[in-house]
Amino acid sequence: MKILIIGGGMGGTILANNLARRLTPELKSGKAKITMLTASEKHMYQPGLLYLAFGRVTPDELYKDQASLLEPGITLFVDPAEEFLLDQNQVKSKSGKTFDYDVLVIATGSRPVPELIPGLAEHGQSFYTEETAIKMFRALQAFQGGRVVIAMGVPHKCPMAPLEITFMLHDYFKDRGIRDKVQLHYTYPIGRVHSLENVAKWAAPEFDRLGITVETLFNLKEVDGTAKLLKSEEGTETPFDLLISVPAHRGMEVLEKNKLGVGGWIPTNRHQLNMEGRKNVFAIGDTTNIPISKAGSTAHFEAEALGENIAAMIKLGAPVRDYDGKVFCFIEAGKDRATYAMFDYLNPPDPRPPTKAVHWFKTAYNKLYWISARGLL
Amino acid sequence: MAEKQVIDARGSFCPGPLMELIGWIKMAQIGDEMELLSTDKGSVADVPEWIKKVGHEYQGAREEAGVWHIAVKKLK
Repeated sequence: MKILIIGGGMGGTILANNLARRLTPELKSGKAKITMLTASEKHMYQPGLLYLAFGRVTPDELYKDQASLLEPGITLFVDPAEEFLLDQNQVKSKSGKTFDYDVLVIATGSRPVPELIPGLAEHGQSFYTEETAIKMFRALQAFQGGRVVIAMGVPHKCPMAPLEITFMLHDYFKDRGIRDKVQLHYTYPIGRVHSLENVAKWAAPEFDRLGITVETLFNLKEVDGTAKLLKSEEGTETPFDLLISVPAHRGMEVLEKNKLGVGGWIPTNRHQLNMEGRKNVFAIGDTTNIPISKAGSTAHFEAEALGENIAAMIKLGAPVRDYDGKVFCFIEAGKDRATYAMFDYLNPPDPRPPTKAVHWFKTAYNKLYWISARGLL
Repeated sequence: MAEKQVIDARGSFCPGPLMELIGWIKMAQIGDEMELLSTDKGSVADVPEWIKKVGHEYQGAREEAGVWHIAVKKLK
């Protein structure tokens, strides 16, 4: 059984390690083989970018060598996939190699596309790449007061990020002693401050208490950098001195070029995680079109479910469980308080009031992530 | 998207049916029709509200076995 995993992010890495441990005898006997193709020799802890934007971590803390995270028995190629020949059970890589598979897992993640909104990349600050997070850190340091607007595109990775960045901006300016010179204005695409109703019920009065103004039903359409004005799809306008954006995301271009899904999102069965119409092709993490959060924890729980199923297919001849839609998201509620939201396809979250204990657990998880990626946590 | 796009947002708490629809509308071409599936009854109110606010066409909603089918067309 040749298992080919495309993508060395959180989902692909956890899955590969999960499978390597479940299939140790089969890997030793040659009955199973796990191969990973990835685009970079470095693995980034992406949630750390939120802290990088405030100078609370440095870039080097966010990376480890991908090879160092993988169990023995996994063959790694830093050679991204370029062509998917699903009818032939083959993938061709950038270097020109052809990889045969019996089971293919696509876990290529998503990418920010600020360029879809005119003016956003030029006039907005963001924290979804190392480069933009450092640029945002410098912009924040230089900012002495004025109107800060938080705006976002749809869909975006990490649905808690808009809330987190807003609460952290409040504490950041307060610590600098200029909070009274800063007006924080939070916009959101739907008619409440977060997609999760119970999270919105908690966050809205928090914003009010902290003096953060809110504008809902605001979908960013255009940024006029000269007039310092944001324009929405709904026909409204709001001025800004500093724009903090959570850009819209798309799936990876290579998936669009191979016509695997509109927007680079692969049509995926929400329970078995197979690509619609394909029994031996699976997708996990941001790559899917499943209507749940594009977040590391989603990739993590999907990887665990799929790892168990692929191993069972080899050992028992059939998958043994469904992915239940489980997601767990920390929510930083400032520089030193946090809460969390846990939910699945059937059960909505019920977030508790933020505490310092949850924040410190999140801080610890930022380091424990590397154990998580190895499939041990 | 020449065919009618079905957006299956059943059981979606986050991002939720309306946010799912917004994402797909942004990728669609003018004239494309979409059908949103939602198990959240609130979608019957908030989807048409947003669709009308931004100037797309709301084509109606029907309920089948606890699932709301909401039809819209991208106009601009």
